[in-house]
Amino acid sequence: METMQAEQTSKRTIPLWAQVLIWGGLLGLLAVLAWGLVRAQQGTVQPGDTIPDFTLPLFSGYEYNGQSEVHLSELRGKVVVINFWASWCKPCEQEAAELESAWRHYRESGDVVFLGADYVDTEPEARQYLRRFDITYPNGPDKGTKISQLFRIKGVPETYFIDRQGVLRYVQIGPFRSEDEIRAIIDPLLAP
Amino acid sequence: MITKAPLSTLSRAALFALLIVAAAFVLLAWQADTVHAQAPTPSDDEVNAIARQLYCPVCENTPLDVCPTEACRQWRELIRQKLAEGWTEEQIKQYFVENYGARVLAEPPRQGVFWLAYIVPPIAILAGAFILYRALKAWNRPEAAAPGVGESEATPVQDEYMARLEEELRKRE
Repeated sequence: METMQAEQTSKRTIPLWAQVLIWGGLLGLLAVLAWGLVRAQQGTVQPGDTIPDFTLPLFSGYEYNGQSEVHLSELRGKVVVINFWASWCKPCEQEAAELESAWRHYRESGDVVFLGADYVDTEPEARQYLRRFDITYPNGPDKGTKISQLFRIKGVPETYFIDRQGVLRYVQIGPFRSEDEIRAIIDPLLAP
Repeated sequence: MITKAPLSTLSRAALFALLIVAAAFVLLAWQADTVHAQAPTPSDDEVNAIARQLYCPVCENTPLDVCPTEACRQWRELIRQKLAEGWTEEQIKQYFVENYGARVLAEPPRQGVFWLAYIVPPIAILAGAFILYRALKAWNRPEAAAPGVGESEATPVQDEYMARLEEELRKRE
């Protein structure tokens, strides 16, 4: 009885506003943790998702339509292939020549744009990599890892195919084995 | 008689200009030597002092100074290069944040949502201490300040209970 009394006294002395504040704070903290866990479990963006606009600054020596950066929103009406890579990434080397070859195949038509986003890399090594594989399509650093966070990439290489309406159509995790593999994904997206 | 021919005004001016140019060259050469002397290749310890404050996003939970991957090796070389160029520790860390995001920092920056990392733990500790204090106080209270039967603090429910209890005791007598 006395214990009950003591408990009741204790409960009575905590003001209501303090209780609301404590429980509100705890729930808020739990919500933040839950949001973080959900994001961590989400995986990459999925086909069917509309990709929000982003800006890719280009390495010097690269340009797109005379500009030193590329805005995704300006590429509506074209099929966009965005490849995440890094100079320290060995599997990226396996597909570098295939990507460049596919880009050269579509370059003249103007319907397809290839973009290279250099992930968590150092510029001298990145430039060396680009020279080594003679990569000519627009390439730039993923500054602050903003673009890779937008796509929620899990590693490199990863390649995303966005249709003319800005909707993601295909995600390639890991390197391509051949140019044909790349073209087999792009060609249906070009069909009227 | 051989007499020393006096230098013309023009020749004197040319000589003076030549001396100034030579002095400038000597000064520049001395400055270049000084720069080389002041900026030797930064040691591994100097590089690691900054590297241990950074984490590469590729190798989560591994500080940059002990991370064995190629990406981290490149980052350490970048730190060495920046140190050799005379950058300060803060400038280098800022460069990494701008290029790779705030998550590369071992200590979250004191801004935006990152403040939670600094605010929540002390608040949680203080709240825990407060709850513990109150719990201990509540446990000790019954012996020290238990209100007597029939005191005004008793609730009506307790009054009823006590009345019934006393009634039962009376009956037993």
